[in-house]
Amino acid sequence: MGRLKPGEKQPMLKNALDFERPIADLDQQILDLQGHMENPGLREWCEEHNQDYAAEIAKLKKGLAELQRARKRLVDEVFSNLSPWEKTQVARHKDRPHTLDYVREFCDDFLELHGDRVYSDDPAIVGGIARIGDHRVMVIGHEKGRDLKEKVRRNYGSAKPEGYHKAVRLCKLAERFGRPVVTFVDTSAADSSIGSEERGISAAIAWAMEEMAMLKTPIIIVVVGEGGSGGAIGIGVGDRILMLEHSVYSVIPPEGCANILWRDGSRAAEAADALKITAQDALRLGCVDEVIPEAFGGAHRNVQETARSVQEAVTRHLDDLVTVPIDTLLEQRYDKFRRMGRWDVEPE
Amino acid sequence: MAEGWFRKRFRPNEIAQQIGVAGDTLWEKCPKCGEIQYSAELLKNLKVCKKCAFHYRLLATERLEMLADNPDEFERWDENLVTINPLEFPQYLEKLDSHRQKTGLSEAVLTGKTEIGGITTAIGITDPYFKMGTMNSVVGERLALCAERASALDIPLIFVSGSGGGARMEEGILSLMQMAKTAAAIGRYRRNTRRICICVLTDPSMGGTLASWASLGDLIFAEPAAMIGFAGQRVSAQVQSAKPPPGYQTSEFQLEHGQVDAVIHRRDLKDSIVNALQWAA
Repeated sequence: MGRLKPGEKQPMLKNALDFERPIADLDQQILDLQGHMENPGLREWCEEHNQDYAAEIAKLKKGLAELQRARKRLVDEVFSNLSPWEKTQVARHKDRPHTLDYVREFCDDFLELHGDRVYSDDPAIVGGIARIGDHRVMVIGHEKGRDLKEKVRRNYGSAKPEGYHKAVRLCKLAERFGRPVVTFVDTSAADSSIGSEERGISAAIAWAMEEMAMLKTPIIIVVVGEGGSGGAIGIGVGDRILMLEHSVYSVIPPEGCANILWRDGSRAAEAADALKITAQDALRLGCVDEVIPEAFGGAHRNVQETARSVQEAVTRHLDDLVTVPIDTLLEQRYDKFRRMGRWDVEPE
Repeated sequence: MAEGWFRKRFRPNEIAQQIGVAGDTLWEKCPKCGEIQYSAELLKNLKVCKKCAFHYRLLATERLEMLADNPDEFERWDENLVTINPLEFPQYLEKLDSHRQKTGLSEAVLTGKTEIGGITTAIGITDPYFKMGTMNSVVGERLALCAERASALDIPLIFVSGSGGGARMEEGILSLMQMAKTAAAIGRYRRNTRRICICVLTDPSMGGTLASWASLGDLIFAEPAAMIGFAGQRVSAQVQSAKPPPGYQTSEFQLEHGQVDAVIHRRDLKDSIVNALQWAA
């Protein structure tokens, strides 16, 4: 958590990653100390042992402040030097906020809309009408789910063809009423099951990209967790592409890349380095427009604060985009993707 | 006897992993049925096995020769776009050299203008022997430019995919973004012209290629028994417990599931393309 009020308890992280363990240990110590201070038995103990209760509390408070300072330093140290592979783990963190968390935090009047009108509803992609401040928008995003049951129901955020068809349907709806589209990207990959192949997962992604490239209404993309290859870019074409500080965007999962390069999936950390998958890399390579800062120590430590900075960025870009004439907007969007990539031009 | 020669070229039962370019040697042994044929004869037969109709993979240049009325008059586009190593990916450029030699191409795609059945057409062909026809910055850029030139010239557009690996991982997110770029380019072509865009899927057409430009033609043709699908079987085997049905991710499978318009024998491919070009002209 960013700033704790005096006496406020440090929240515990249930699903700490390996490199978060030292932080979690400190959290535990802080929690223990706080518990000790609040224990009514402490006053009794002081009276029995002829100790000054106020002095004892003051001593503990000092210790607590020290621990909290140490914690702040540690979080700062760990999170300002995350390796690409560590960032991947943060992006996949069990406690990381997902699309529906952001919707809950800053989208008003959200009404979820279901189904592709052809086959089924894919819970791996959610969408609906909503309001962000003064802007009425269509929100679309991958949703991985929180507990195991929900994760299974949502296929861990891996969308099937129906998910992309639903996304296109909602985009068209937004276009018809001149409402901007905001998408949240958070998926490890599109679903590669036999059923998805049978129902045309490739074509579904291709169509979605084409439709979004041509959609006559502003589109803002926010990569909030994992930008997993085709599954991500299937709802990733728009006028602005924003990425959260510790999110990743990659053509292949680092494990898969390591498998191909060295036939050894455990060398994912090396592959993550080589693939340049961080938000900062994507910005440098000209594939995203802005990196949105996360709460101190990662989005999972303070959902509200992170959501506020996402809201601020999205609102700022919405304010800007709604003033652009639609023809200009489409030209700019087309040029944006046309410019992506790096090559040399040899003189002819 | 002669067996030793092509043994080096083809290990039996590795249809999906032909290691050399078919037809380089005097003899070829069909990787599917084992039939031994003169390479010259095989070439005359458009590199289709006369016994079992196995379609060998073609170089992009061979494909062009097969489709163009007069390959010598082919106008090559954007050959001067050159691949760099933007991520400084280990050994990336070094490994490209052998692919260049094998295919005679500077990158995995050949684009340009030619006449097909007397109709001036823009064409882009990805080469399965060049890095599996994977899409990188240059490939995406050439395909997008090809669509834009076709639009400016108001001529039909044909994309032939021999892309087995989708987006090329050595250029990371830059390769990935070519999916969006090519999809946008075709989208714009189809909205700005009333010319037809035909995609031909050949062995193999997979991943990010199939999930972008290769799926966006007005018409989608496929050669018989080509491997066509989203995720490679190694990837999907990790994801799913169910065993894929026989013929999974083949042209015929995709035809049955409504993903391609027609599966067309190589011998009839040009006629079918010309037929469609004339119908839409």
